[in-house]
Amino acid sequence: MVIEKRWKTWVFFYIPLTVFMVGTLFPFYWMLITAVRPDAELYRSWRAATNTPFWTLQPTLEHFRDLMAKTTFPRWLWNTFFIAVASTLISLFCGLLAGYALARLRFPLAGTLGTSIFVTYLVPPTLLFIPLADIIRNFQLGNTPWALILTYPTFLIPFCTWLLMGYFKTIPKELEECARIDGATRFGAMTRIIFPIAVPGILSAGIFAFTLSWNEFIYALVFLSSPERKTVPVGVVSELIRGDIYFWGQLMAGALLGSIPVALVYSFFVEYYVTGLTGSVKG
Amino acid sequence: MKKTIAGGAGSAAGFEVALPHPRTSQPAPALTRFLENEGLLAAVLLAPTVLLLSLFIAYPFVMGVWLSLSSTSVGNPGEFVGLRNFVKAWNDSIFRTAFGNTFFYTFWATVFKLVLGMWLALLLNRHFRGKRLVRASMLLPFIVPTVLSTFAWRWMFDPTFSVLNWLLYQGGLITTKLPFLSDGTYGLWCAIVVNTWRGMPFFAITLLAGLQTISPDLHEAASLDGANGWHRFWHVTWPLLKPVTLVVVVFSVIQTFSDFQLIYVLTGGGPANATHLLATYAYQIGVATGLLGEGAAISLFMLPVLFIVVWVQLRYLRRLEGA
Repeated sequence: MVIEKRWKTWVFFYIPLTVFMVGTLFPFYWMLITAVRPDAELYRSWRAATNTPFWTLQPTLEHFRDLMAKTTFPRWLWNTFFIAVASTLISLFCGLLAGYALARLRFPLAGTLGTSIFVTYLVPPTLLFIPLADIIRNFQLGNTPWALILTYPTFLIPFCTWLLMGYFKTIPKELEECARIDGATRFGAMTRIIFPIAVPGILSAGIFAFTLSWNEFIYALVFLSSPERKTVPVGVVSELIRGDIYFWGQLMAGALLGSIPVALVYSFFVEYYVTGLTGSVKG
Repeated sequence: MKKTIAGGAGSAAGFEVALPHPRTSQPAPALTRFLENEGLLAAVLLAPTVLLLSLFIAYPFVMGVWLSLSSTSVGNPGEFVGLRNFVKAWNDSIFRTAFGNTFFYTFWATVFKLVLGMWLALLLNRHFRGKRLVRASMLLPFIVPTVLSTFAWRWMFDPTFSVLNWLLYQGGLITTKLPFLSDGTYGLWCAIVVNTWRGMPFFAITLLAGLQTISPDLHEAASLDGANGWHRFWHVTWPLLKPVTLVVVVFSVIQTFSDFQLIYVLTGGGPANATHLLATYAYQIGVATGLLGEGAAISLFMLPVLFIVVWVQLRYLRRLEGA
């Protein structure tokens, strides 16, 4: 270790890190404090002498109650969850098979296919949403969860394939060869030997894919129209603002509740998530 | 057909029949033998992926190009109009603003994310108590849905009740409120701040992963040779970190350049269309107004830049594989 003087550690380490922490977390704190602040306190002049901006003396759950009882928020939560799980499962299935094929099998066009899957990984949804909306309409999928369950995999599969391909390459080939000598078929060796070993990789890909689909916005905004079909991000944006009026207490309560599921999944699987995140760029 | 099966079967399949395990339910022998052929197995494994991607990426892409060359709008099939949509967009002053904004936004947001992300990564690379907790909480902005966290920012930038104005005022830095989102220039900078806040953890964590592969011995050696902190970073860390950095920057440029949700929630392109990006303007024309052809043309203006970025990335990957 390189030894440093104490004041240097403070100036170059503790102070910057604290600033980073405060900057990163302050918006979440603000979300929370707004969500539990009574309306009377929310809309008070910013120069009022009685202003206590960073805490509240009368915390209330009224905004949460209104959100759960008077809006379709619970429904959006369920929609988002269902869509995220379904599209993650589809993407994992496809990505697992494709990743294995690209990592292990020799066949013509292997290189071209690998490259084109990687290129689709880099195609942003905002490039395609207009024609895709038309296609969704033609397939009679408009305003159904299937519109999202089938289109989310377009950005999830390339990612899963890429990540799992990298993972399969780290598994020694000898394992499969042994299984084959013992009489396993190619398919059997894949499903019974390789896939079980790849479970950590699958988990990383799955967690990451789940958070990506939970956060997706533009497809959900364009493909869904009825309020009770919407996902949390779209519902909060389009239904909680009535006319031009922002009910900030309720909006922040919604933002908080909409973030909690994905934050929970994340906090349980931080290490897998980080593997997915760093793997997503390294391949 | 029969011949290929016999040829691809090999001894393994023959073995299988002789195994005394009738209990384990095997697929039909024909199918098993079929899947013993490497090429055929690959085709089967790749089929679902290729099907989904061609249906929902390749086909929409072709269709998007066609739409951009037509006068299609909602409820009107339209006809071929050549490059008229592109010309019309180019002569539109709002489009010009959006086009310029997109580059401005991407450039500055990427610079900030890289500099701050690198700094944070270097801080997190040290040993200290509670490191795991700090690292985990630093990633929060990246995992929370962008739309929802952007709402929190919008509330912090609120014209009347902004907490940031309150802080600046109490700190004696300003005497009147700053027009965060009610002024075009301020609005775009606010968007850059939010984008940086959201994307910086991604830089920090991936760069941290890169840093952790650098042996501490190198730093030890450099400091024995008299290198100070900055020299150690510039001559030891940075050269080794360059490959990871390039990849992260490419990913971030693509996402920032094609950003939609942040602007949609923060400013909605306003005030007076001053903060549109290509994607939000394409949405306004293509979906909100219903001019599918013109909207598709506007979003295709993103393609050349994305193409260059992807090309750089692929070339770089090739070089890595070659090395």
